[in-house]
Amino acid sequence: MLVTTTKGDMDDSLLEKREGTVDNDNELTTWVEYWLEGELVHRSAHVTLKKTVTLTSSVASF
Amino acid sequence: MSQLMLGEHQLGTATLVSRTSLTAPTTDTLKAALYLVSATKDASTTVYNTTGEVSGTGYTAGGVTVTNATAPTSTNTSATAGVAFFTPSASLVYTTVTLATAFDTVLLYNSTQSNKAISVHTFGSQTITAGTFTLTMPANTTAAALIRLATT
Repeated sequence: MLVTTTKGDMDDSLLEKREGTVDNDNELTTWVEYWLEGELVHRSAHVTLKKTVTLTSSVASF
Repeated sequence: MSQLMLGEHQLGTATLVSRTSLTAPTTDTLKAALYLVSATKDASTTVYNTTGEVSGTGYTAGGVTVTNATAPTSTNTSATAGVAFFTPSASLVYTTVTLATAFDTVLLYNSTQSNKAISVHTFGSQTITAGTFTLTMPANTTAAALIRLATT
């Protein structure tokens, strides 16, 4: 598979792949990095938002 | 909140004949801009500006256009209680960018209405290197939608 890198498109077999996940109340995030000889040449991240913006009001009756 | 009460944002599929036309519905264009960890964007932010916005290869100031095809929905649980909610109908995708300075905030704003801010959302600090940053929206439901206006 070709990966877009700072050095142009490269086959992933030439690269070291690192992945990670963060899962908390606010977000679910996954990220992937590709390294070439100790240099970061690609990093992508995918964040799924969990926390919403909520405006709350009370309705009064008369 | 005052902007919502003034009807300044027309979210989702247009159903109202409104501000800019007396004969045809209009839909506002929403955009999403990313901000650095060092920027101060919060509930007091009222308008988009470039202060603290990310910059880098492949990123255009102002961010990306938000797919704004789903109209807000409301549900009532009683005569006085209910929730109105809205979620953009597609993920926000910043394709093939390099954003070397850490960022952690996205500002959703209305570019049709003088770039007025709609909401600010934060996440864990990120950098992107020759890659893609994707923000996936939560489910557009009463409990999980991105923007909720609740009465109790």
